[in-house]
Amino acid sequence: MSSAATQFINIGERTNVAGSARFKKLIVNNDFEKALSVARQQVESGAQIIDVNMDDGLIDGVAAMTRFLQLMAGEPDISRVPVMIDSSKWEVLEAGLKCVQGKAVVNSISMKEGEEEFLAHARKVRDLGAAAVIMAFDEEGQAETADHKFEICERAYNLLVNEVNFPPEDIIFDPNIFAVATGIEEHNDYAVAFFEACKRIKANLPHARISGGLSNVSFAFRGNNPVREAMHSVFLYHAIPAGLDMAIVNAGQLTIYDDIPDELRERVEDVILNRRPDATDRLLDVAEKYRGDGKAKAKVVNDEWRTLPVNKRLEHALVRGITDYIVEDTEEARQNAERPLHVIEGPLMDGMNVVGDLFGSGKMFLPQVVKSARVMKASVAHLLPYMEEEKELLGTAGTSNGKVLMATVKGDVHDIGKNIVGVVLQCNGYDVVDLGVMVPCDKILDAAIEHDVDMIGLSGLITPSLDEMVYVGKEMQRRGMTMPLLIGGATTSKTHTAVKIEPAYEAGATVYVTDASRAVGVVGQLLGDGKAEYAAGLRAEYAKSREAHQRGQSAKSRLTLKEARDNAWATDWKAYSPPKPSFLGTKTLTDYPLENLRDFIDWTPFFATWELKGRYPAILENETYGEAARDLFRDANAMLDKMISEKWVSANGVFGFWPAEQNGDDVKVFTNEGRSETLAHFRGLRQQISKGTSRKPNYSISDFCAPAGDYIGGFAVTAGLGEDVQSKRFEESGDDYNAILFKALCDRLAEAFAEHLHQRVRREFWGYAPDETAAGDDLIAEKYAGIRPAPGYPAQPDHTEKATLFRILDATAETNIELTQSFAMHPASSVSGLYFSHPDSVYFGVGKIEKDQVEDYARRKDMSLEDVERWLAPILNY
Amino acid sequence: MSVWDEITAASAERILMLDGAMGTMLQKKQLEEDDFRGTRFADWPSPLKGNNDLLVLTNPAAVRSVHDAFLNAGADLIETNSFNATSISQDDYGMSDLAPEIARASAIVAREAADAWTKKTPEKPRAVLGSVGPMNKTLSISPKVEDPGYRDVTFDEVKDAYIEQITAMIDIVDAILIETVFDTLNCKAAIAACRETFETVGYEKPILISGTITDRSGRTLSGQTAEAFYISIAHAKPWAVGLNCALGADEMRPHIEALSRVAETRVIAFPNAGLPNAFGEYDESPSDMTGQISPWIKGGTVNVLGGCCGTTPDHIAAIAKAASGNAPRVPVSPKPTLRLSGLEPFQIAV
Repeated sequence: MSSAATQFINIGERTNVAGSARFKKLIVNNDFEKALSVARQQVESGAQIIDVNMDDGLIDGVAAMTRFLQLMAGEPDISRVPVMIDSSKWEVLEAGLKCVQGKAVVNSISMKEGEEEFLAHARKVRDLGAAAVIMAFDEEGQAETADHKFEICERAYNLLVNEVNFPPEDIIFDPNIFAVATGIEEHNDYAVAFFEACKRIKANLPHARISGGLSNVSFAFRGNNPVREAMHSVFLYHAIPAGLDMAIVNAGQLTIYDDIPDELRERVEDVILNRRPDATDRLLDVAEKYRGDGKAKAKVVNDEWRTLPVNKRLEHALVRGITDYIVEDTEEARQNAERPLHVIEGPLMDGMNVVGDLFGSGKMFLPQVVKSARVMKASVAHLLPYMEEEKELLGTAGTSNGKVLMATVKGDVHDIGKNIVGVVLQCNGYDVVDLGVMVPCDKILDAAIEHDVDMIGLSGLITPSLDEMVYVGKEMQRRGMTMPLLIGGATTSKTHTAVKIEPAYEAGATVYVTDASRAVGVVGQLLGDGKAEYAAGLRAEYAKSREAHQRGQSAKSRLTLKEARDNAWATDWKAYSPPKPSFLGTKTLTDYPLENLRDFIDWTPFFATWELKGRYPAILENETYGEAARDLFRDANAMLDKMISEKWVSANGVFGFWPAEQNGDDVKVFTNEGRSETLAHFRGLRQQISKGTSRKPNYSISDFCAPAGDYIGGFAVTAGLGEDVQSKRFEESGDDYNAILFKALCDRLAEAFAEHLHQRVRREFWGYAPDETAAGDDLIAEKYAGIRPAPGYPAQPDHTEKATLFRILDATAETNIELTQSFAMHPASSVSGLYFSHPDSVYFGVGKIEKDQVEDYARRKDMSLEDVERWLAPILNY
Repeated sequence: MSVWDEITAASAERILMLDGAMGTMLQKKQLEEDDFRGTRFADWPSPLKGNNDLLVLTNPAAVRSVHDAFLNAGADLIETNSFNATSISQDDYGMSDLAPEIARASAIVAREAADAWTKKTPEKPRAVLGSVGPMNKTLSISPKVEDPGYRDVTFDEVKDAYIEQITAMIDIVDAILIETVFDTLNCKAAIAACRETFETVGYEKPILISGTITDRSGRTLSGQTAEAFYISIAHAKPWAVGLNCALGADEMRPHIEALSRVAETRVIAFPNAGLPNAFGEYDESPSDMTGQISPWIKGGTVNVLGGCCGTTPDHIAAIAKAASGNAPRVPVSPKPTLRLSGLEPFQIAV
């Protein structure tokens, strides 16, 4: 429970047009955005319930209440607390109740207009699931004496409980807090009467609660806030033991009873408790002395942390990711510390532990953590020269929780995820040795020994990397290594780790790590006291996973290649005339304008990169991490502006069309319209899972090309030329946040380029859909005719097909995209694929294939069975 | 004794079984556009495939066969096929005006099925829950990113649509099940609709309420924790409160346990058959799912069990078998105290 059972409840009063001139002005001027910030400030200052009141002659109460509460619903840091819907008008209260999903409090209803109306309102409040404040107010007026207050409350209580079944625990009485020390003698006993009424309510009306509007009591001292605050504090000091459960207060401005100067406290107490007839005069005598500047101690939430001790300032800067003062604060801490290292071990590590805890408990999110790391690095960078200097004198080694080597395996260039894990580990006090991308096995293992690391983390995104990881595991076994091996990256999985990698490396623990947030826990467990139990637990878990995998294998029924081919997708080709592209051969796009790509960005995967899972744009309003997502989105767009205006990267592309025809599971490509000279074969793989009674076909990509007279297209685009230079610049300045952000944006731009070019192909170059209007979400949802499957992805999982594509596009020469030995594209922010125009063509996954197909495929590709099995390892069903 | 009185009495003795996924079972029948249209809507201007609720008019035998299959598997309670039978949700198909007719027909199909099975085995009475779904429009979340204060429907519009739906079913069903609640404010409108309908017809039927924790964040779509959700709807004095959909039993566990700790009434849980796989299918087997649920059975966490997306009669039979012979949960009775909620629960010390 967020607000654990609490003694006394502060109800925020600033979102009340009657109580706050500023809030009223914002509402009158229709500036609801700013008005929301008033509510947020209340919650930040400790208000446990927010009172919202729109009663003013200039304001349409129903409309303003509705609008404000609906806006508040979209602000999780405000709407996490309950609302008190405050109005003297029933229609405003009712409108408010229709806007809140939580259980709210209505403030207030009373017997002012008689029992009948009171009970009608109470029924509605009950049916809409709210609690209610009942004012001690009846047909005669507001109760002033203790007796009258209690009488009204008792009568209301009995009516509510007996007549309308109103739950007694949902009744909150407001026995009227009135101003004292007004100079009118009858008023002197008001506070005492309130206390007395509270005691009687608590003693006689079970489960009912008591609330009140605190600021009324000090009304006579308007303009003298120190005295008013003292009066509030003293009033509460006596009211709470009498039974007051909650009050509407300015949560940011409550003086502590003990902090009130003795003289003032005594005189205020005389007034509140009506202890002597001259109490008012005596308070007036000293009031001026305490007036001060007449203003309340304004709480500036934003900069107040600057007044904290330096260690707390460092912690705050780390948690909030603020670099503005980090150098001066670090310097101050260094001067206070005996040794510069102590700054790191002390305040910086303490701060990062707070970050780690918040992240671990889901209260901070990845982009914020990476920003924290940026602050940490800036601070360490300032300390480094001093430490070097000291090292020369002392020769010290830093303390560390452990050392982790990280690398993207040979043939793979993708490193965004690996870098994130690296940063998160560093945040948690681990040393990270990052070997970068395309690192051969030997280099990884040599470096592991050289740096004496505690474990190795491997990352990879494309499927051949899975094999490379198995190889690394085998090599570790052969070399007699025993350190833990961590496996991560988009194509890796627990099943693959359990089935393929762990059996290859039995000497040490092999762990699949789902995402960066898990990495810290896993590494900690592997190095902790219970590491043996942990490793044993993992082994048992993976053994289970292997068994489950084997069971799954045998359970699914499969088809022979022949059966699958017999169930190929078919259409009436005679009734189909394939559209002809506007040109044949290739076209090159050099330095394509980045601004044309921006609108085509699919942001959802961008947020997923940062472990913020959810669809864009809804994610920006996500209850849990909307704030983190919005910050990230703002930073991303600011960087995009710069990337475009300052041309940080350039985008090249090449695409082409050729006459083609279906040839079994393959597509045969011709050099020209004569269709006699074969240029290439695009090989296809066919689904072999039994479709049972579903009547669905077993697809191969070749199905979508007509047996005669059709065409095929191909493309390769990149938005990553210059990427390495710029990202290195960030990395070298210790700014991992911007380095990762930048790479993620390059990746998005490349995808956007592919999306954009595909649209132009459909509309202009192939031109089979000149009137297509799909945009935005429809593009992302692929609601258009034709597909652009990429070699290495589900519809044709063989990465080696990229070689054919690159050859006929002459892609490397035309675009500077290179293929690695694993057929990954370099730069990483590149996309390639084939184009099919058939309106019924669809994306599908080949899934697992059987040996009969692999043998047939090896024959068609003119490769050895062994080679093919290596490339297709992840999809072999044997 | 009415059927519901017998159900209530049985709920003190054993864990009751709800049915499984109507949608999943209908999907397995691979009905085509024409099956949905029937002869009556053969010329309907928009596509109707996927309007599962409509099948109670065009293909009631298909719906009946699903009810029969779940009753045969051991369900004590079955849900009407009326999840989307409101004028607001049916607007997707241009069928708003037909919503009450669909709701009523769904109640009749379910009633006939339940009564037939009760007749066969009178010692095990079967009851019908009128299914009230969450609607395709939500009251707490703006459909426009640029204007978080915007709503495309009002509380009263939602309430009126629910009144229409509930009125069409109220005399036929044994109880109302407000389910798959991802926005608590919609649920509150449904509760208000129940109250108003009860007043109009002059009698009451029990209300069951089941929310949906949408993902591992542990919140409803509108952002509430399970406990805050319970506090927000407790005024309905539900016969049972619980969770369904979105999660498999494993992922649902902490939230159903949280609810079980605070609910002063029965707890109902009907999770999905796991999380959807890469093809959007639910493939957790009956035995896997039962294995995940069995701690709730043994631990006295629940009173009613069933299944949501992906659960078949085999799942229900397996869970029923595991539940059989185990004692149901005993509702907690905490001291009354003021409880409030925003997205999170708030309670004053007793």
